[in-house]
Amino acid sequence: MNHLDVPDGGDPTVFGRRLAPTDRRNFLKWSGTAAATALLVACDQSPTEPKTDLSRTQQQAQAEISGGEVKIDLGTDLGILNFAYALEQLEAAFYHRVVADLYRGVSDKEEAILRDIKRHELVHREFFRVALDGARIPALAVSFGSIDFESRDSVLSTAKVFEDTGVGAYNGAAQFLRNGDYLEVAGKIVSVEARHASAIRDVFGRNFAPQAFDPAFTFERVLRLADPFIATKITLTNSPTAGLADRTSAGEEMVS
Amino acid sequence: MTIDLHRLFAGLDAKSLDRLSTRRETLLSGGRATAAFAASAVPVAIAASVKDAFAASSLPDAVVKVLNFALTLEYLEASFYNRGIRSGVIPSGKDLRIFTTIQGHENAHVSFLKQTLGSQAIPKPTFDFTAGGTLPNPFRHYEVFKILAQGFEDTGVRAYKGQLRALKPYNTYLTAAATIHSVEARHASEVRRLRGSDGWIPFEDPAAPAPIKPVYDGEDNLVQLTVNVGQFQGDRSGTEAFDEPLTKAEVMAIAGPFIV
Repeated sequence: MNHLDVPDGGDPTVFGRRLAPTDRRNFLKWSGTAAATALLVACDQSPTEPKTDLSRTQQQAQAEISGGEVKIDLGTDLGILNFAYALEQLEAAFYHRVVADLYRGVSDKEEAILRDIKRHELVHREFFRVALDGARIPALAVSFGSIDFESRDSVLSTAKVFEDTGVGAYNGAAQFLRNGDYLEVAGKIVSVEARHASAIRDVFGRNFAPQAFDPAFTFERVLRLADPFIATKITLTNSPTAGLADRTSAGEEMVS
Repeated sequence: MTIDLHRLFAGLDAKSLDRLSTRRETLLSGGRATAAFAASAVPVAIAASVKDAFAASSLPDAVVKVLNFALTLEYLEASFYNRGIRSGVIPSGKDLRIFTTIQGHENAHVSFLKQTLGSQAIPKPTFDFTAGGTLPNPFRHYEVFKILAQGFEDTGVRAYKGQLRALKPYNTYLTAAATIHSVEARHASEVRRLRGSDGWIPFEDPAAPAPIKPVYDGEDNLVQLTVNVGQFQGDRSGTEAFDEPLTKAEVMAIAGPFIV
């Protein structure tokens, strides 16, 4: 069942329809691309797929995706939601790793916040995984080599980048969602990302809300910020923000 | 103070009261000082595009309605923090820095909305933050001030969220509202932590005092686009991970008692 098949849908792609498992398989056969092969792998995962899925090593994950490049078509609502799914995968994998072996000297307050955020990001990731169902991109392989998980500074500064980027990403994507239900659910998530950003900044000794207006990022800028942490190659097509400047000038400075 | 709080939270048991009051040691132990807090300017691109749209034609009626609704809430918040900071009720140090930051932002939101609405902007209402004498004066009782601040911020988040659909056809204004919406959420998270709570909202709060309870009604929702989000990490995380919208009428029922 495709949970995104809602009444005022209006997304004309095949993914917007309710597809039985066999239909989905047939669709994937005739679409015949590398991305579709990867998608097939994802579709075969049962709903009870382990929550630690994204904690697999980069090598294992890459083997499963078989070097597949992930293409996200931002010309459709489902593409935009998949873009959000990619970000949530990244965040969930990061906090999963952080909480699995917390850095030395972590305070009780920091630990409580990191554990809560981990659970929220897992919920967001799983929400998109189930909601997108057959339309979803595969599990991404992450690349956290630049992060020192034993260092408070490294962990919290990376968390700050992820949360601020998430806020800017959802804010920027809002105007391109055609379906009001999707817009609303994105709104329900972005304010929680902003609550996270505030909490991480607070415990990290930074201003919880550095500007009266948060940034609204282009898809390209979000990918540029996230890309160093994602091993899987992501290609954006039909991006409505290709070549556009961001809505705020201070945004990049904020997440750097 | 104790008597006043009991008046405010008439009918609540001691445990609820304890949960609602802030432990000062929690407040004072947190993080180190942060930098100076000037109010940010309206983002250049948004200001420019809003100005263009405004110059080209008058604002669509739907946009005027939403922005005036938002302006009402921003007037309320800005007035609340302006008075709070003038009153001296806020302890200096981290508390004052936090509320000074928020004050700057709410006043920037008022300026932005007034500038965008031009002559169609509604005038500033008169506010009574004792809600007609039913609450202790928040400008003399810091606990009350913080409770109302949390209520106003969490209401602001839900109010903007509830208007996203109405702004959907108007990209510039939708994006502007989104960039304010997430800032209100940053504020709410910080004020909640200042009060010793988590920055996120778990469930409804049936034990909350009368003016605050409706701020959280409906936050129990666990179904997002037909997906039960409680199945992944439990119901608490499921509700915390998604903030719920409020309708205009629900917001005005919360804000109404503070408008004379």
